[in-house]
Amino acid sequence: MRYSGFRVIAEALTGHKGWKPVWRDPAPQAEYDYIIVGGGGHGLATAYYLAKEFKQARIAVLEKGYLGGGNVGRNTTIIRSNYLLDGNEPFYEFSLKLWEGLEQDFNYNAMVSQRGIINLIHTDAQRDAFTRRGNGMILNGADAELLNRDQVRAMYPFLNFDNARFPIKGALMQRRGGTVRHDAVAWGYARGADMRGVDLIQNCEVTGMRIENGRIRGVETSRGFIGAKKVGVAVAGSSSKVMAHAGMRLPIESHVLQAFVSEGLKPFIAGVMTFGAGHFYVSQSDKGGLVFGGDIDGYNSYAQRGNLPVIEDVAEGGMALMPAIGRARLLRTWGGIMDMSMDGSPIIDKTHVEGLYFNGGWCYGGFKATPASGWCFAHLLAKDEPHKTATAYRFDRFLKGLMIDEKGQGAQPNLH
Amino acid sequence: MIINHPILGPRDAQEFVYLGDANLINRPDGMTAGIEVFHDYLYNRDNPAGEHRELWYHEQGDRSWLVVTRNTVTHEILKVEMARDVAKAQGRSK
Repeated sequence: MRYSGFRVIAEALTGHKGWKPVWRDPAPQAEYDYIIVGGGGHGLATAYYLAKEFKQARIAVLEKGYLGGGNVGRNTTIIRSNYLLDGNEPFYEFSLKLWEGLEQDFNYNAMVSQRGIINLIHTDAQRDAFTRRGNGMILNGADAELLNRDQVRAMYPFLNFDNARFPIKGALMQRRGGTVRHDAVAWGYARGADMRGVDLIQNCEVTGMRIENGRIRGVETSRGFIGAKKVGVAVAGSSSKVMAHAGMRLPIESHVLQAFVSEGLKPFIAGVMTFGAGHFYVSQSDKGGLVFGGDIDGYNSYAQRGNLPVIEDVAEGGMALMPAIGRARLLRTWGGIMDMSMDGSPIIDKTHVEGLYFNGGWCYGGFKATPASGWCFAHLLAKDEPHKTATAYRFDRFLKGLMIDEKGQGAQPNLH
Repeated sequence: MIINHPILGPRDAQEFVYLGDANLINRPDGMTAGIEVFHDYLYNRDNPAGEHRELWYHEQGDRSWLVVTRNTVTHEILKVEMARDVAKAQGRSK
């Protein structure tokens, strides 16, 4: 069923009796050409592009819980392509371009809203660094704009411009950045994949991998063995657990990142904003809640919930930036499990097992990457070679000293 | 989380800095180990869901290094040892 304005009106006039379930709920077949492990944003996008752009068939997505129940439903919904390094920026710009055409492409309202993102500047050194980053973005075909203090003040007059420690001196702005309704991304990709014949199999946990003579034969699951010619794993958060079935140790630690929503307030933050002196980022949802977050808790965790000190730290960041939120009440906090990689950048690569491919290590920047991650992983699965924007996301970059370390922290995952 | 320091008693985890897997104690000998061994030591992790032995540094306290055994699924702390004692038990001189 194709969605359109006409369809909505026609259904309204006929009692909404024509709406059908958006995807099937098939039982697993004995064998597929492609199995994608992980029915989150990246896995579903991979299956969608594999079927649509790379014309492959006999594809299944295996999800241990329900579709979109992991990090694609737990993030702060920001999209942007404001990276510095050559290994990253072309990939994220490719992703932002895919976001811009996504809703037309998969015929689903994902509420892509390019409301602009600003990274605030508080020191002269930071202005230099952001100028350099902005130039890096422009060189890679993205948009970037350096705002002075008055331009920021015109947009957000209520910020704490004259804070003695962290005065606001300007901002780096990407007008094409913004937010997207995160669940709708998973649903849109799931529907698009299902319409093209992909089997979306839920409540199906991978419990082992069958590997013979260095080649993948299929996966053992909670619903029995399923054969496959190629298996792609996109389970960020649980990457180490799943890849251990293939005997791999990854350059990844799992950490918990918390996110927060305030009570609904009248509209006052038009875009997305990041505090440059601490780690705090905020946008306002269409329902009025402030959606914000900050640092990861900093210790290995698979718990999907964090501890109070980080909540305090994030709230302090928010108060330093916008004292006006002091009396707003916090409605919800929750946590998601991040694949924190050793240089803060992701991995989309083959493995030592023939036919087994890996996509993970997204740290806490995975949501914005969803379309390009799916496209590039599908490219790798279908053609056995990396997409041109994802050539740097290799496992062996750590061995060869080719790290993509945006933050320059070294092999210390809890600091990226 | 409360870490029960072997010398100082129960302390809030906020006083500590986290480093990571306690296997980081066992740095290979740079003169004899090959590049692959060092790469494995520096970058690869077991990253288990469940019991995890990890290094915490008591920066806001007595500046001791601890090996904390903690469940990464529940955040329950099961055991706390001085890293120095763990290293010595493994045959290190200090």
